[in-house]
Amino acid sequence: MSTTSSELHTQTLTELSQGLERGDFSSLELTRALLERIVRLDTVLNAFITVTAEDAIAAAKRADKARASGNAGALLGLPILHKDIFCTAGVRTTCGSRMLENFVSPYSATVVERLASAGAVVLGKTNMDEFAMGSSNETSYFGPVRNPWDLECSPGGSSGGSAAAVAARLAPAATGTDTGGSIRQPAALTNTVGLKPTYGRVSRYGMIAFASSLDQAGVITRSTADAALLLGVIAGFDPRDSTSVDHPVPDYVEGLAASLEGLRIGIVRQHFDAGLDAGCAKLVREALAVLESLGATLKEVDLPNLDLSVPTYYVVAPAECSSNLSRFDGVRFGHRADNPEDLFDLYCRSRGEGFGDEVKRRIMTGTYVLSAGYYDAYYLKAQRVRQLIAADFKNAFAGVDVIAGPTSPTPAFRLGDKIDDPITMYLNDIYTIGANLAGLPGISVPCGFVGRLPIGLHLVGPHFGEQRILNCAHQYERQTNFSAACPEEFR
Amino acid sequence: MSLDKEQVQHIAMLARLRLADDEFAETVEKLSRIVEFVDQLSQAATDDVVPMAHPLNEPQRLRPDRVTESNDRDRIQKNAPAVSDGMYLVPKVIE
Repeated sequence: MSTTSSELHTQTLTELSQGLERGDFSSLELTRALLERIVRLDTVLNAFITVTAEDAIAAAKRADKARASGNAGALLGLPILHKDIFCTAGVRTTCGSRMLENFVSPYSATVVERLASAGAVVLGKTNMDEFAMGSSNETSYFGPVRNPWDLECSPGGSSGGSAAAVAARLAPAATGTDTGGSIRQPAALTNTVGLKPTYGRVSRYGMIAFASSLDQAGVITRSTADAALLLGVIAGFDPRDSTSVDHPVPDYVEGLAASLEGLRIGIVRQHFDAGLDAGCAKLVREALAVLESLGATLKEVDLPNLDLSVPTYYVVAPAECSSNLSRFDGVRFGHRADNPEDLFDLYCRSRGEGFGDEVKRRIMTGTYVLSAGYYDAYYLKAQRVRQLIAADFKNAFAGVDVIAGPTSPTPAFRLGDKIDDPITMYLNDIYTIGANLAGLPGISVPCGFVGRLPIGLHLVGPHFGEQRILNCAHQYERQTNFSAACPEEFR
Repeated sequence: MSLDKEQVQHIAMLARLRLADDEFAETVEKLSRIVEFVDQLSQAATDDVVPMAHPLNEPQRLRPDRVTESNDRDRIQKNAPAVSDGMYLVPKVIE
């Protein structure tokens, strides 16, 4: 079978890899076809902050040459995107902020290096909520991203640009980061697959820090097989990240084929409470029935402290963010205010001008909960409750292999609808935040449509249980194939 | 607990953030709502619970005390707003 270059964008990473190997097309043809789509269609979506066309063409030519001489890395010649939170040597890395509008990283993140070594071709850097703080991509200094399924809607966030670009077939895959749901929620809202690995599974080196005990790198793809392929490349020990865990990396692709016969799936009663949209609830129940028909058994589990996960997160994450973002001082890199009166004025105005409203709010929330007299009542208290939440998951995993539920309480919401109400926006992540607090891996896989808007099935596994949730998601996907659906204007 | 303007001014000072005058009212209102929201943590019974230090309860790894980085000062300072002779420039601190 040969493919014309006008159809290349419809293929998944795995399909493209096979096509390159057969010689149906070259990486250069593929890269040019996607760059053409990006130029034509991203004017509508705003999914990119930087398009790296020249570098991409050069990398594609190198990949074709390497293939001709018999070398083939796992991703040789395959196009990907990076969320603009990953440092890329020689290419600007903004983190969606005015603060880093002109920052050109002197080095590359480990994730970037590993994907480059495997032969991947980077087409550009994707839009995101400023410093990954947001669930709608509306806090970006570079403007909101639009959801390809409904241009009036948000694609979710913070990895909104990555999700929208993959959903619109501008690239088959993109990296993302997930601190409270920032990979899984946008994946759910755009009909893509979003994988957040176990804390420590993938190196955080060169990934601009938001909340260091919660941040984890992952991927957004159009199939679970593609997510498995990429995870195999980016996972593994990195001495440059002190929280990276030295744990064997299995063959995630090989693990996809296993039967779900006898798999015990936990259903959390509280997930189906009043907060969940009725249309979403119906689709998630249908998805659970599909898993049951594939041989899995469903069992109710209890996460009694689930309601406290969002308030816990909104103490821990801002506290860590206020520390991490103290490095932006207008002196060594980043935005600097004009004509400072003195050093204090330089700090205050550079930060006041360089950061947007949501980032300032989180820094101040964090500063408050860490300040003298409030540390015990807020920060220490939240770290205690976090231990209770982690224990709830541990107890649940004593009786089940995977926990399944909705990724997000509603389908995509309209741009502008929630941005003025931080608490409503924060509650978007009610189903995903627990996995970050406990360091667990989670995946969102497409599970149907409410009207024209897609929603996601969320699967959480025990620590280093990526193989199990990928296997479960893959078997579900084979049965249902919702991930194949493409928004009309982007076919 | 809700916050007042004075408290928010103090927090902004600690965080080294200049807020414009017209940003204050909204900041006070939104920060108060966030603090009220996280206040529900006080209801959780946590008397014998050890605060979490690491999501996997892993110890912090130590590395051998060896020099691994090269001197990249010139390359790194390309991102600096103001440098002179390899040093970062700031407004005069000592009169």
